[in-house]
Amino acid sequence: MTSRTIQKAMLGFYIALFFAYLFGPLVVMGATAFNTPAYPTFHPFEGFTLKWFANLANDRDIVYGLKNSVWIGILVVAVSVPVGLAGAILLTQVYSRAQSFYYLIVVSPVLTPGVIIGISTVVFWRHLTDITGLKFIYDGTVLTVLAQSSFISAYTMLIFLARLARFDRTLEEAALDLGASRTQVFFHVLIPFMMPAIGSAIVIAFLSSFENYNTTTFAILADKTLTTVLAGRIRVGTTPALSALAVAIVAVTVVGAVLFELFKRREQDIAARRAAAAARSEAAETAAVPAHA
Amino acid sequence: MHSSVGQVVIFALPAVVVAAFAILAIRDRRRAGPAAGPGFVATNGWPVAIFLIVAVGLWTVFMIVLPMLSMIDLSFRPRLPPPQWGSARDIYTLENYRYFLFGSTTSTASWNTTHLKAFGLTIWVSILITILDFVVCYPIAFYMAQVARPARLRLFMLMLIAPYWVNEILRAFAFRLLFASQGVINRALMGAGITDQPIDFIAADVALYSGLAYAYLLMMMFALYNAIETLDRNQIEAARDLGAPWWHIHLFIVLPHAKPGIASGATLVFMLTAGALAAPLVLGGPRTLWFTPIVYDRFYQAFNWQQGAAYALILLVACVVFVLLVLKIFKLRLGEIAK
Repeated sequence: MTSRTIQKAMLGFYIALFFAYLFGPLVVMGATAFNTPAYPTFHPFEGFTLKWFANLANDRDIVYGLKNSVWIGILVVAVSVPVGLAGAILLTQVYSRAQSFYYLIVVSPVLTPGVIIGISTVVFWRHLTDITGLKFIYDGTVLTVLAQSSFISAYTMLIFLARLARFDRTLEEAALDLGASRTQVFFHVLIPFMMPAIGSAIVIAFLSSFENYNTTTFAILADKTLTTVLAGRIRVGTTPALSALAVAIVAVTVVGAVLFELFKRREQDIAARRAAAAARSEAAETAAVPAHA
Repeated sequence: MHSSVGQVVIFALPAVVVAAFAILAIRDRRRAGPAAGPGFVATNGWPVAIFLIVAVGLWTVFMIVLPMLSMIDLSFRPRLPPPQWGSARDIYTLENYRYFLFGSTTSTASWNTTHLKAFGLTIWVSILITILDFVVCYPIAFYMAQVARPARLRLFMLMLIAPYWVNEILRAFAFRLLFASQGVINRALMGAGITDQPIDFIAADVALYSGLAYAYLLMMMFALYNAIETLDRNQIEAARDLGAPWWHIHLFIVLPHAKPGIASGATLVFMLTAGALAAPLVLGGPRTLWFTPIVYDRFYQAFNWQQGAAYALILLVACVVFVLLVLKIFKLRLGEIAK
């Protein structure tokens, strides 16, 4: 018995240590944003201030970078959600001999370092604009959207594949038997079924785009996003204003991610309850009519 | 060989591959006759069929395959001023790779020790960090997947998701605040009288390595958790009832079951660590060796894109070799780890 207790205590201690390690650096960073000294420090805590946050709103580069990041995020969602959906649907239909080759191609961006995706995108489009003379494509925003979408589409595809695996094909057949066209089946049966996954994919795609640095820093060329402005500043030196920015970004992304997670949980619970209720009523029905069986 | 050959090959290759599969598919359908079932267009209807083909075509060809082929192509080209691109002097060469090995595009007299050392160190440290992250995550992942009650599991999940979405640069920044010469740790050490001089953690690469180990920890955590979660708890109970010691249960039941998760976590952590750019930029000292900043400098400091492409390809090959090794060691297929 005692060895069991010791084991439990050790595990508890380890878990506490782990979470301290996980949150410690972030908590320290957060604390420095509210401390008055001009050098980021949290000990001694000389006084609570919000002036570092006020500085941010007046920083033209940061405001510009933020706008650009949001804009790029929206474009990436617009590209990678439909592309990921098409990729997932096609995987279930692709010619059997080409299937593993196709899968290798579409998951390869997930397993490629982000810097390499950024580099290859810039190299290719610089080359293509050289040949075709279409100079407007060789633009930081366009290239960043293309580069980020190449791997974010693979993320969304994996989300859609998980949902598609649970799709009941007989629903499609029922709709067809009732006279629906193939296109109607797609829009009125498949898309409504995929809706929760589409919601997840939008959130994941936007967050992945917003927080991306490795791919963006190559593809953005001379332009800026919030993460590249931030990286440039941090390389030069640390100030409490940067901590304030960090707190602001963390607050937005983390609150977004946590709310999303809670929402997803609730939806899963509702679905599970519905399934249980359906199973119960079905059981009741079969119990009520034994003679017809 | 002149570089114009490459141009043709790059654009022809995807077309040839697609055509070859299309021909095979049509031939197979002809052979199967009426048993083949409805075709692609008949299954989806025209509008959806066009959407699928266009979306996936643009993605795979223009966003994945052609960029990669162009990068490979560029890495074998000499550095020339733009007016001479495509001229008679634009012939394929190994000079960019020669530079990586010998520090010169022509001579092979001495090794390029700085870049080779940085490359070797990057790969070696990334392997160590991958192993370390596995060791750190395993107990927590096992606890969450097999031991924790639902309410606590939810809480843990939320606590893990929050830091997971913190930007890479901000994580590095947090570590910089901790390890700077006037940072939290140095102040604490000096305050406690352990040292009277600040320790230069950044020059000693302590900051970089701990920042890297921290940065991708949760990738390993979620991969392990997802794999262990699917293990039937009865298997563990049965082993315990039969008198297996705790380490037998982990070694012979949990770990073999979690193999795909371990492999996918290891692949992701290694790839992200070896390809990390933010952490070395923010946490690296003046003499820190890491490969990605060198690649970055080839592009935006030296403006030698040909060499940069070669360096990027070397990094990519290292990552591919790692993935293949992991698949080989764990006896898995790619589809089993990429989930």
